[in-house]
Amino acid sequence: MARAEALPTLTRAELVRKPRSLWGDAWSSFRRHRLAMAGTVVFSLLAVATVLGPFIYTADPATIDFAAGYQAPSLVHPFGTNDLGQDLFARALLGGRISMAVGIVAMLISITFGTLVGSLAGFFNRIDGLLMRMTDMFISLPSLPLLLLIVYLFRDALHALFGPVVGIFILVVSVIGLLNWMPVARLVRAQFLSIKRREFVEAARSIGASDVRIITRHMLPNAMSPVLVAASLSVGAAIITESALSFLGLGFPSDRPTWGRMLFDARNFLELAPQMALFPGLLIFLAVISMNYIGDGLRDALDPRRLGA
Amino acid sequence: MNRYIIRRLLIAIPTLLIISVVVFAILALAPGDPMSQFAANPAVPPEVRENMRHALGLDQPWPVRYVKWLTEFVQGNWGYSFISKVPVIGLVAQRLPNTLAVLGVAYIVSILIAIPIGIISAVRRYTLFDHTATAFAFIGYSIPTFFSGILLIIIFSIKLHWFPFIYDSTLKVHDFSTLMTQISQSIMPITVLALFETATLTRFVRSEMLENLSLDYVRTARSKGLAERVVIIKHALRNSLIPVVTLIALGVPTIFTGAIITEQIFAVPGVGQLLISSIEVNDTPVVMAITFVYAILVVGFNLVADVLYGALDPRIKYT
Amino acid sequence: MGAALSGGGRWRGLLVALASALLVATACTTPPSGASPTTGASASASAVARGGGGTLHILYWQAPTILNTHKAQGTKDYDAGGLILEPLAKFGPDAKPVPFLASEIPTLQNGGIAADLKSITWKLKQNVKWSDGTDFTADDVVFTWQYVADEKTAASDSETVLGVSKVEAVDKNTVKVSFTDPNPNPYQIFVTGLGNIIQKKQFQSCIGAAAETCAENNKPVGTGPYKLVDFKPGDVVTYTINDSYRDPGKPFFKDVQIKGVADAATAARSVCQAGDSDYGWNMQIEWSILSQIVSGGKCVMVTHDSPNVERILVNRADPSASLGDKRSEPTTQHPFLSDLNVRKALAMAIDRKTLATQLYNETGKATCNIVTAPAEVNSPNTASADICQFDATKAGQLLDQAGWTKAADGKRAKGGKQMVINYLTSTNDLRQKEQAIVKQNWEALGITVNLKNVPASVFFSSDAGNPDTAAHMYYDVEMYTNGSSDPDQQNYLSGWLCNQIAQKSNQWKGNNYERYCSTQYDNLFAQYKKELDKTKRSQLAIQLNDMLVNDVVIIPLVARAFPVASASKDLKGLNGTPWESDLWNIQEWYK
Repeated sequence: MARAEALPTLTRAELVRKPRSLWGDAWSSFRRHRLAMAGTVVFSLLAVATVLGPFIYTADPATIDFAAGYQAPSLVHPFGTNDLGQDLFARALLGGRISMAVGIVAMLISITFGTLVGSLAGFFNRIDGLLMRMTDMFISLPSLPLLLLIVYLFRDALHALFGPVVGIFILVVSVIGLLNWMPVARLVRAQFLSIKRREFVEAARSIGASDVRIITRHMLPNAMSPVLVAASLSVGAAIITESALSFLGLGFPSDRPTWGRMLFDARNFLELAPQMALFPGLLIFLAVISMNYIGDGLRDALDPRRLGA
Repeated sequence: MNRYIIRRLLIAIPTLLIISVVVFAILALAPGDPMSQFAANPAVPPEVRENMRHALGLDQPWPVRYVKWLTEFVQGNWGYSFISKVPVIGLVAQRLPNTLAVLGVAYIVSILIAIPIGIISAVRRYTLFDHTATAFAFIGYSIPTFFSGILLIIIFSIKLHWFPFIYDSTLKVHDFSTLMTQISQSIMPITVLALFETATLTRFVRSEMLENLSLDYVRTARSKGLAERVVIIKHALRNSLIPVVTLIALGVPTIFTGAIITEQIFAVPGVGQLLISSIEVNDTPVVMAITFVYAILVVGFNLVADVLYGALDPRIKYT
Repeated sequence: MGAALSGGGRWRGLLVALASALLVATACTTPPSGASPTTGASASASAVARGGGGTLHILYWQAPTILNTHKAQGTKDYDAGGLILEPLAKFGPDAKPVPFLASEIPTLQNGGIAADLKSITWKLKQNVKWSDGTDFTADDVVFTWQYVADEKTAASDSETVLGVSKVEAVDKNTVKVSFTDPNPNPYQIFVTGLGNIIQKKQFQSCIGAAAETCAENNKPVGTGPYKLVDFKPGDVVTYTINDSYRDPGKPFFKDVQIKGVADAATAARSVCQAGDSDYGWNMQIEWSILSQIVSGGKCVMVTHDSPNVERILVNRADPSASLGDKRSEPTTQHPFLSDLNVRKALAMAIDRKTLATQLYNETGKATCNIVTAPAEVNSPNTASADICQFDATKAGQLLDQAGWTKAADGKRAKGGKQMVINYLTSTNDLRQKEQAIVKQNWEALGITVNLKNVPASVFFSSDAGNPDTAAHMYYDVEMYTNGSSDPDQQNYLSGWLCNQIAQKSNQWKGNNYERYCSTQYDNLFAQYKKELDKTKRSQLAIQLNDMLVNDVVIIPLVARAFPVASASKDLKGLNGTPWESDLWNIQEWYK
């Protein structure tokens, strides 16, 4: 009954709008996904806070004042202070810039490159062996010496080309991204192998669709599910990895706070100043889990089978 | 299929050779050397350091050193550690049981936990259970092991005095009480690792299950009137596990190289700990041996995964 | 599964490798040191019987990797090997030699040291046995010299044989060491952990090139209080009492275990909070963390003044990258650090008291000397010098005088060029905090400071192709700890001679990293080198120290304690000395 009444309410404009586009459908589906929207809001808040925050909350993140050390959260210091008496809120805001940027950009690099290699390997039998052996090789490389080498080879060149901050940023995200595309490549390839023989791919091929079109329009959307999981997880991992790089002196200077670095510095202060660990930990968690729900929403939105469900 | 396997095995040889050259070159060209522990000590004159470099053969160009290493390696001689002067194979053999006892168990535990949680999360999507599992997974993932390890030590070793936090590798299990000691000293490192790995695996099982639950064959099974339990276990689960099994197979080689941070925090003398400390002091023979065995495992288990994939999913054909 | 399993997994592999690297990377180099028992401690310990104690649990945050100390890679190896192997004598806490395998210390007075200082004759203890039951004789001592002196052995302590022309067995219990030139430091060989005697029988087939892969390296037979039970390199060493040990009442502990753990904090937690272990080595962590762990109440801190000084090296050459091959070569001149007023300003701007109290406290104190121990060479003159006072105003004036004035943006500049300091050190939590404090001090003056840290294995490497080593000095200032490894300062002070400048032509193999060159210093050092009178030598060492400090060649920051350890409250008989291993007198330890 309800349906019968609903039909006539469709306006002419709505009827004309068809054919619906994949992205338009995806967006309307995404908007209906409550958790995905919540994730988007949280993530945007974090992004805005870290970009604009330091302009509004102007306490200096670097000033050392031993007399003000180990303070619990208060109105003066919303996140408290660390062992050196530095304001943790100011550090978290400033640190978030690098952490969020590194997390997202490094994730995009590894996902893009991994998806590219994986889909090519899964689709074209001829280059499958070559690409996968290359993947094996990258997995087998010991990361620490490799990092040292990469940093020494490219540091000065990038520094000269892009200046110190951007140069280090490019180095850090490419190192993290490029060392971590391999699992994504394997996942995508596995999905491709499995999808390749499915009816809809055969159908697309039989109507003369080009390889590129089959890959991008038909197979990739169906292979995205594990990629999105990997993507949401890798944002958090990149944030933590950045801190390890910085600690070793291969990333940002030691006086430049990041969430991962703050968490690492806090590890021996758990009893003395739990706030040092709590806030950066919480922020990383929020960033990662909101990314995950966005990923969830995207997956649902992009899944042609779930449309209109 | 047999021909495919044989061909892949043959391809593995040049692959491994290339990997070994690249790894050796990286080790040789990356900055740092085994003498660094001495350099800040003014009492060690440069000539002494040069002598030591010479004794290790470090004054030769790296391609020469590589060829020497390879010739020895293929004859089963893994070489001697630059640092402890003992055969590398003995060092690795000493470490392997600890790694397996901690990392191997953690791996199995996390598989056993993650699969049911992932399934329930997918079937009961967006229920309280699913949200809790998701939150836990991401807490597990957001907390790096260097942090969770210390947290456990403070709670369970220092406050509660339940478990020791320094792993005793000299312990020999021969009766019930030594077994209990072994369990109590491995429980925290295993927990830390399992927490992290369960978090990851749960997400993948859940996502694969979700993928399959919406497919036509599941609808068909349901519409045939099969019980939901049968639909989930016999149909959806079986198909979801195909990529999961692949993932698990691909993860096996990492057991060998260990979980470096966790091993360090709890002083578990595993292969991972050996690898990182050898990298730190540029102990090339040890690093080469471990990375090379790891490469063999990676290449090998990649083949296993491909074969499993083909065997489990009849649509995939290898030629 | 983590790694390959998931998209995220591989991250962990990398992360793990990195983060654990950083756990290990905290290594700082402390000179290898030896040890000696003191009479006071042994008196109290004599009441306890041999083997009366159970197992002594010792934690090191660097696990021993080899037990033959002549092939040692670091302090950890000297210390672990030192339970088994012994030298003829060790330097006690007062920097005086204490006999071990020697029956007495040779001196000029007792005729053991020749009047011309060209030879020293050691009398050995009678009836000392190796742990395999055979006799220890002068032949073993001579063999040890041959072993170490053979270039192909590539012994890591072969500097002890430099200038030694001959070692001969006069009789079964007498050894005579001859030097090519009069030697003001005749205790240079067979004393401290660098001079451990190895058994001829065991090592005679391991000399020269064979030493490198000799299996005996990791099961040495010794004369010390303990013998080896089991050794897992990089993990744990287990010892038990050497039944042949010469003192029937010692040692007290039946077994000893030295175990490697991740870091100093872990070791401290085990000793102080959990009470699971007895001794934690080298507590190199910030005082705030350490004091909190120590407050666990189950341990005490063990500290001793040492020659190790944390310092900032000031580059005299120009490290600008634009110079290419000429970078930091002694032929160049630093744009502002060659100006004494600027160097003075930098020194005066550092609040080293706060730095020392907040970060070191019981583990180090502020100093303005680079030679601090033994006490007679610790200069009394610098404490009152103006450059050793924290005075930011005066520092600012000095910079003004030098022409580096504050621009509108608060930054110091001269001739349109800003003053920017690039500041390098090794990766270590404590050092990065020191850097933060110094940076704040300098930036308050209007100087821009860029911090940089690299892993210790890179920073201290002797690799000529690696631009980030301390020796390359491609930075304006560098920071690390150094100090003489034995009570005599000659080796150490030679590190500021013109001919010691590290540069391209010598592949950066010199100990003068500052590119400091002063004929005045060279002449004074030549005088010091020839001086044989002990008191006059000390005075000259002080003059050399003052010259380096007043000219701000280096900025001394903190005189670090060594040993600095956490020990179980019940553990008695410890008597640390900065010249030897923490475990140098382990035969005296008891509970």
